[in-house]
Amino acid sequence: MNPAPFELSMLLAILPEILLVVLAALVLLLNLGVRHRAEGVLGWLTAIGLAVIAVLSAVFARPGDTPQLIFGGMLRLDWVSFSFRLLFLLGAAITVLVSLEHARTITGEYLALLLVSTLGMSLMASSANLIMLYLAIETTSLPLYLLAGYYVENQKSVESGIKYMLYGAVTSAVMLYGFSLLFGLSGTANLAMIPFRLTQTGVSPLLVGGALFLTLVGFGFKVSAAPFHFWAPDVYEGAPTPIAGFLSTASKAAGFAVLVRVLLVTFPQLASFWTLVVAILAALSMIVGNLLALTQRNIKRLLAYSSIAQAGYILVGVAADSPLGVAGMVYYLTSYLVTNLAAFAIVWLVAQQVGSEDLDAFSGLGKRNPAIALAMLISLLSLGGIPPLSGFIGKVLVFAAAVEAGQVALAIIGVLTSVIGLYYYLTVMKILYRPAVDEAPLKPSLSWRTAMLICVVLMLALGVIVAPWYGQSLAAASALF
Amino acid sequence: MVPASYYLILSVVLFVLGALGVLLRRNALVVFMSLEMMFNASNLAFITFARMYNALSAQVVVFFVMTVAAAEVAIGLALMVEIFRSKRSVDIDQMNTLKG
Repeated sequence: MNPAPFELSMLLAILPEILLVVLAALVLLLNLGVRHRAEGVLGWLTAIGLAVIAVLSAVFARPGDTPQLIFGGMLRLDWVSFSFRLLFLLGAAITVLVSLEHARTITGEYLALLLVSTLGMSLMASSANLIMLYLAIETTSLPLYLLAGYYVENQKSVESGIKYMLYGAVTSAVMLYGFSLLFGLSGTANLAMIPFRLTQTGVSPLLVGGALFLTLVGFGFKVSAAPFHFWAPDVYEGAPTPIAGFLSTASKAAGFAVLVRVLLVTFPQLASFWTLVVAILAALSMIVGNLLALTQRNIKRLLAYSSIAQAGYILVGVAADSPLGVAGMVYYLTSYLVTNLAAFAIVWLVAQQVGSEDLDAFSGLGKRNPAIALAMLISLLSLGGIPPLSGFIGKVLVFAAAVEAGQVALAIIGVLTSVIGLYYYLTVMKILYRPAVDEAPLKPSLSWRTAMLICVVLMLALGVIVAPWYGQSLAAASALF
Repeated sequence: MVPASYYLILSVVLFVLGALGVLLRRNALVVFMSLEMMFNASNLAFITFARMYNALSAQVVVFFVMTVAAAEVAIGLALMVEIFRSKRSVDIDQMNTLKG
């Protein structure tokens, strides 16, 4: 497929990205004029702006019947980029609303960095060229390094920023070297052209496998799969909690979008090799994440290990190398996004009030605010994969894909480790309803409640009404096969 | 003309040296310099391939990579100044507030 010549209508295809830039610039400009007390206004503006962009992108930036290569083959407009873009916008909007709970910490820079990072993710999901892909990944990562270290007066936050950036920079350097080798072996940077050129030149699959392995290091870091997971617990613990939530959901989803596109489009000939590698990564992540989560006393570290385990489940869908697997992945990521953002939002609220992120800080939540305790309960159950919540459907889809692809062992490991996962989720639930000394009622702000309502409604809706978003996920999957 | 393989071997050597530096050195500034070496190893590879295939696009990559690396260093140095204020050191082993 050759890239179409430039037309003005192509601008419509990247309308959401253009609007994100405009919104970020607007927020920065208004930040100059707004007094410190009124920063909530900027936050609401950003959240509403993101919602408007989501609607506009759903209306104007829809892909046609056939995927289209635009801007000289740099971007590919298809259902993958469309679905993931909506996912990132949703994640960013919820993160902004949750951050507003403590509006004094939110400045225009914070919001602008978040928007730029969302822009990078959106480009990651639609990149069809190695160069574009690298730039999109860096556009996503650089603002996130800063956001992780955003509380400059807090040593933990700065340390988490440095750690994130060091791990991120090393893995992206390795990935870039992989890209350069891929370019060298094939002579083209176009993801879809690479396999044809490789067949023409007849390069040894060993070399290509090596290049693939180097690029997998970068993607493995982004999705925080074991053994590239070491940064996650430290960074989540130190980073501002809404940012930790954003890192664990939207940033991870972006990593998966890139991962499936590169694996399926660029390396179809090496499918037997990479399905094995991805299956090993998946098994490792599920085992390591769930086992290490058992011993954690800090809720953010616990959620970090849980997010490593969740990455493992999602990788099971990728390893299946089938439309069902990819559709399951998209569905799982959506469910995981709303679920984990809700969990981190509650951690943020409670930790600010109690002043501690230990598990014990959550005791008595059932008395302090029954509705919030219930929301936490629902999100933990959804993370554990209990019907009728969205996490259950996600797990069913990816495990079904594994069985369909003949990877029964992987599905069995998945189910067994899910049981371990359920154990530590239940431990947290038990603490929620334990009596505590401090039983002052919790009163979250309007923005926080809005975000939580969106999350809980989506968790329930995705768990009960499967068809619409599953259809969308299947459409995304079929764009890659 | 020097054959392309020489450049590629040099780029591999640079990459491995950079990776070793990242893994072995404890001073965050030296780690950063090693990182730059890894990025430049990729740059050298890209330029070599650009000449091999007569492809201009691969030369452009180098400019992008250099820009990104510069931005990365700016962010890294900013964070390091902040951590130096409290710890009086940029030793990676001393960044151990977060663990569990």
